[in-house]
Amino acid sequence: MDLLPNISLAAFCQQLLVGLSRTTILFIVASGLSLVLGVLRIPNVAHGSLYMIGAFLAYTIASAAGGGTFGFWLALVLAPLGVALISLAVERGLFCRLYEREHLMLLLFTFAFTLVFGDLVKLVWGSDFRSMNAPTSLQGSFDVLGFPFPKYNLFLLIIGPIVALGLWWLTNKTKIGKIAKAAAVDREMVAAVGINVSWVFASVFVIGCFLAGLGGALVAPTQNITQGMDHGIIIETFLIVIIGGLGNIWGALLGALIFGLTDAIGILIFPQFAIVFPYVAVITVLMLRPKGLLKSVW
Amino acid sequence: MSASPKTDWKKLIWALMGVAVFFVLPNFLSRFSIYLMALIFTTGLLATSLNMVLGYGGMYQFHHAVFYGFGAYTTALFLTKTGLPGWVAFVCAPLASALLSLLIGLICVRLSKLYFGMFQISLGSLVWAIIYRWYSFTHGDDGIHGIPVPDLIASGKSAYYFALIVLVVCLMIMYRIVESPFGRIFQGVRDNPERSEAVGVNVRKHQLVGMIIGGTFAGVAGSLFVVVEGSVFPDLLFWTLSLEILIMCLLGGWFTFLGPLFGAAIIVLLRTFVGIYTEYWTIVLGIVLMLLIFFLPEGVLGYIITRYRSRRNPKFQEG
Repeated sequence: MDLLPNISLAAFCQQLLVGLSRTTILFIVASGLSLVLGVLRIPNVAHGSLYMIGAFLAYTIASAAGGGTFGFWLALVLAPLGVALISLAVERGLFCRLYEREHLMLLLFTFAFTLVFGDLVKLVWGSDFRSMNAPTSLQGSFDVLGFPFPKYNLFLLIIGPIVALGLWWLTNKTKIGKIAKAAAVDREMVAAVGINVSWVFASVFVIGCFLAGLGGALVAPTQNITQGMDHGIIIETFLIVIIGGLGNIWGALLGALIFGLTDAIGILIFPQFAIVFPYVAVITVLMLRPKGLLKSVW
Repeated sequence: MSASPKTDWKKLIWALMGVAVFFVLPNFLSRFSIYLMALIFTTGLLATSLNMVLGYGGMYQFHHAVFYGFGAYTTALFLTKTGLPGWVAFVCAPLASALLSLLIGLICVRLSKLYFGMFQISLGSLVWAIIYRWYSFTHGDDGIHGIPVPDLIASGKSAYYFALIVLVVCLMIMYRIVESPFGRIFQGVRDNPERSEAVGVNVRKHQLVGMIIGGTFAGVAGSLFVVVEGSVFPDLLFWTLSLEILIMCLLGGWFTFLGPLFGAAIIVLLRTFVGIYTEYWTIVLGIVLMLLIFFLPEGVLGYIITRYRSRRNPKFQEG
């Protein structure tokens, strides 16, 4: 039996590129989640909500600036910062009092935020879906092996590695990154040498949430911005973080690649059940390596 | 702390009185209230079944709703797609859920804590995705409505009594399990897995059996839902419902047998009555949950029991 009916090489390559640009978004959101999980040990379910808020904020900022190219770039800078600000308020106001609790309580507490943020988005933006345009310079498409490939997706493919390099630089080359890594292993010891661990945690949390907002702002021109876009992404990114190894940035990249590519190929082979392919990939990986592909910081 | 025969009798009398009250109650209630009570019984059974795994077993059962929804879908598909007598569906649903928990459990019990929970979410989401997408078989997003429930339990009042009887029987069985030698070892595994392992307990096997018990009763709750509601939809397997059940357990108080039942009642009532005034019900739930975690982490019933015991026996506070 022919398993791959009528799939030309060109269509395959095109789908692969689309999958890779989806991977970029997944990686950016998942790396933020992984950072928070690795250092603060918080399974932040509200991460998906922050991604959604990022997308809605980007829409509002872009339309307030009159749309167009300037509006897009402004939104791309300001929306993640807005999300970071929200997360800073939440962390300093509430989370920092709960670090000693067990994971289950922390998970439920972040779920409370998912519920609250979900309704707040409905209150502020209503339940209609919104859409936003990419800047004119990124509209249109290239020709890849005779198939059109959107310019915006190419832009995403460039952004992904930049974010990955930035995160690598942040965690390995800066002082705060090094302190955060140490605090992830032994927070008492870090506190004992006179470092204010509480603020280190706050900064890591804010950086993680900034990435969620950035993911949301980047995805905004490619899809409808709707209620409920938080639920899909949070499950996907949690799985990515788990197959990559909790708290490992490169693991998040690897996990995002596996998830994004199996999803893209699934669409090609069996469109109706494309959604099943990445889940099967995740389960296979976890059967073989229950603690994830790369070393977990835990 | 083993219960003396005297307290057992006392508990039994209280339980019988409680059941008697619920048996006469429908005569004084409106149709909507009867429906609401039946929904509370169903949800209460679901929350209690989660507590078996989570409270007594200490496992991070993050996607319990899958077993509930799977039971509900099994019932619904048996009733709509086959000509078999309706009762077959109610026997097959818990069996199907038990089988699913065996499958998911076999993979999950190898993992610890957070990995266990997250992996369960991924497996559960896979089941959800299949039901959501398999349009020709499950009607996907639309769900199945107007399911032909056997005549004997079709009306509102008879559905109420059916749910009540099933709930009471299930609670009795679950109580026996918790108090049985298996239940004691199960709780021992929760409190100290390393030591249990060292004295020769097969930790994974006990956890797996615990998961199957929890899953089976969730399946029973799922078929009760079909009786009460007459329809099924993919949201029954969605992970947000799983977290809502977790909230019910937290609200009522895990480590107490009846706590989750209380929690379920509070959540169902709150949702119904807040829902009358505002469409923003989830924001209320979110705030309730935050307050709960900050001020009452042992739950409503847990708090009452702790206060009661510490007043009667000041030593209890130390233990």
